Amino acid sequence: MRSYRRIALFGGVYSNHLALSAAIEDALGRDVDGMMCLGDLGAFGPHPDRVFPLLREHDIEVVKGNYDDSIARGLDDCQCGYTDPRDNHFARISYRYTFDNTSPENRVWMSNLPYEIRFRLGDLDVLACHGSPRQTNEFLWESTTPTHFLDKLATDYSADVVVGTHTGLRWNRSWGEQRTFVNVGALGRPANDGSPAVWYAILQAEARDMDVEFVSVAYDHLALAKEMRDEELPEEFVETILTGWWTTCLEILPGKERAAGRF
Amino acid sequence: MTKALPTVRPGDHAIAVLPAGPAARNGTDIVPEVELRALDQLWFQVSGTVCNLRCQHCFISCSPENHSFWFMSRDQVAASLAESVRLGVKEYYFTGGEPFMNRDMLGILEDTLQIGPATVLTNATLLPQRVVDRLAELSRASRYTLELRVSIDGVTADMNDAIRGPGSFERAVAAVGRLAAAGFLPIITTMQSWPDHETDPMLQDFHQVLADVGYDRPRLKVLPPLRIGSEASRDRPYDEAEAVTVDMMAEYPSDLLLCSSARLVTSTGVWACPILLDYSSGRLADTLDEAVAVPARLAEQACYTCWVNGAICSNMPGFAMEQT
Repeated sequence: MRSYRRIALFGGVYSNHLALSAAIEDALGRDVDGMMCLGDLGAFGPHPDRVFPLLREHDIEVVKGNYDDSIARGLDDCQCGYTDPRDNHFARISYRYTFDNTSPENRVWMSNLPYEIRFRLGDLDVLACHGSPRQTNEFLWESTTPTHFLDKLATDYSADVVVGTHTGLRWNRSWGEQRTFVNVGALGRPANDGSPAVWYAILQAEARDMDVEFVSVAYDHLALAKEMRDEELPEEFVETILTGWWTTCLEILPGKERAAGRF
Repeated sequence: MTKALPTVRPGDHAIAVLPAGPAARNGTDIVPEVELRALDQLWFQVSGTVCNLRCQHCFISCSPENHSFWFMSRDQVAASLAESVRLGVKEYYFTGGEPFMNRDMLGILEDTLQIGPATVLTNATLLPQRVVDRLAELSRASRYTLELRVSIDGVTADMNDAIRGPGSFERAVAAVGRLAAAGFLPIITTMQSWPDHETDPMLQDFHQVLADVGYDRPRLKVLPPLRIGSEASRDRPYDEAEAVTVDMMAEYPSDLLLCSSARLVTSTGVWACPILLDYSSGRLADTLDEAVAVPARLAEQACYTCWVNGAICSNMPGFAMEQT
């Protein structure tokens, strides 16, 4: 099991290779001794194959997300569970594009990713997963995740700290005897807050005293938007990159989180 | 809307086979069972079967006179909430009847929102401004989401009121306007009483009706009919073939079913789900502690609707990861 003092945690990349590149550079300038990605490498953005070299070049461990699982195995959809016809329409476009533009080698590489990675941070046991420790495609939103539920997860899975992504919105909560959950947010698209910036998390621990810091990353989102248009991806996706407001995949948002957005 | 089901390999779900008692149906003497995976959803039959409306499609035939199940007190609910902390419950749902007929409802929500997210299934005919304002206060005071699920069964008063009773459309739509103005994004649920090809125009009409009262980004959820209770005579009962058999569960991801992750607490015991309230096969135990250890039995034809559509009662459908 690897040990870290200060680690950068990247959430869903969604093919946003420009944001990933900017986040790696940013993290390296913040004295981290490790970087990890919590999965969902593809979706939404352009040129999915451009993400993989960045991960390999910088020795970034990767947890398998539901999207990675689907693309690797050639499943019918991304396993997000949408029922809303509009969300499903855009999810299908995104999934088909990503599948068609991911090389067989990268699909094999993704198929070998683990569903969880455990590591030590200071004297804390950390479990890194994509959605939740018990289910890769489980959404853990701040407004729908009781503390006692998190405590049960931490107990059931023997972890002091659980880190995940999947929802695309960052949040964290600590309780009890130095137990913490962190949703690290996503690099792939903005946080539905009207800003084009994206987010990742840095966790640092001295013994059992942990600090969580969310880091905002400005990147060349105009260049990404151009690439998306050149690839003829839906203008609704481009709008999110340019404005910071989510326009699709809205059904899964709880009322509280959705009310904070525009759509 | 039929949800496409993923294919799974056998062995990833817990299905037992046992002799059925009086619940045997469909020419077989065994019924499938579903073990509780985790108690993620705790439901409360908080107003029993008492409702101010007499909807023609109500699967448990609620009405002002149906006192089969009675109101739950704030203390009763609080006792279950305390248990739920130990059990690691994730979400709380309140149904009836009409929950807002329960005079303790706002207090119950206040208690619930201190520990987790709450969803109320309501006909929205008992939501004057004073109540909406209090709901908004409760929502603002909590880190957790408060969801209002409003039942409206048509895009015109004629269409809705034929099912839900005179004046119910106007009152519900007006309440949605008040909820939207207070910052809520209520989930509008509607039972599909039209052919599939009419769904898209129907949803467009819903958008217009809701926009007219100031709700311009509605969350809409179309529900399939449950052909039991009043609905069996309004439209039709289930056909003989519409039932869940052991064979149908052999490669079915039971995580999709509400009973794999939920229990319903009532004034008189604990049920597997809110739909089977009128069936003895749905009653699992006297207490929540006992009920989490008892598997749900898919003994009734209403279970077929869930088998086809997934967990229709949840805000989000149940979904499973495809197995490797």
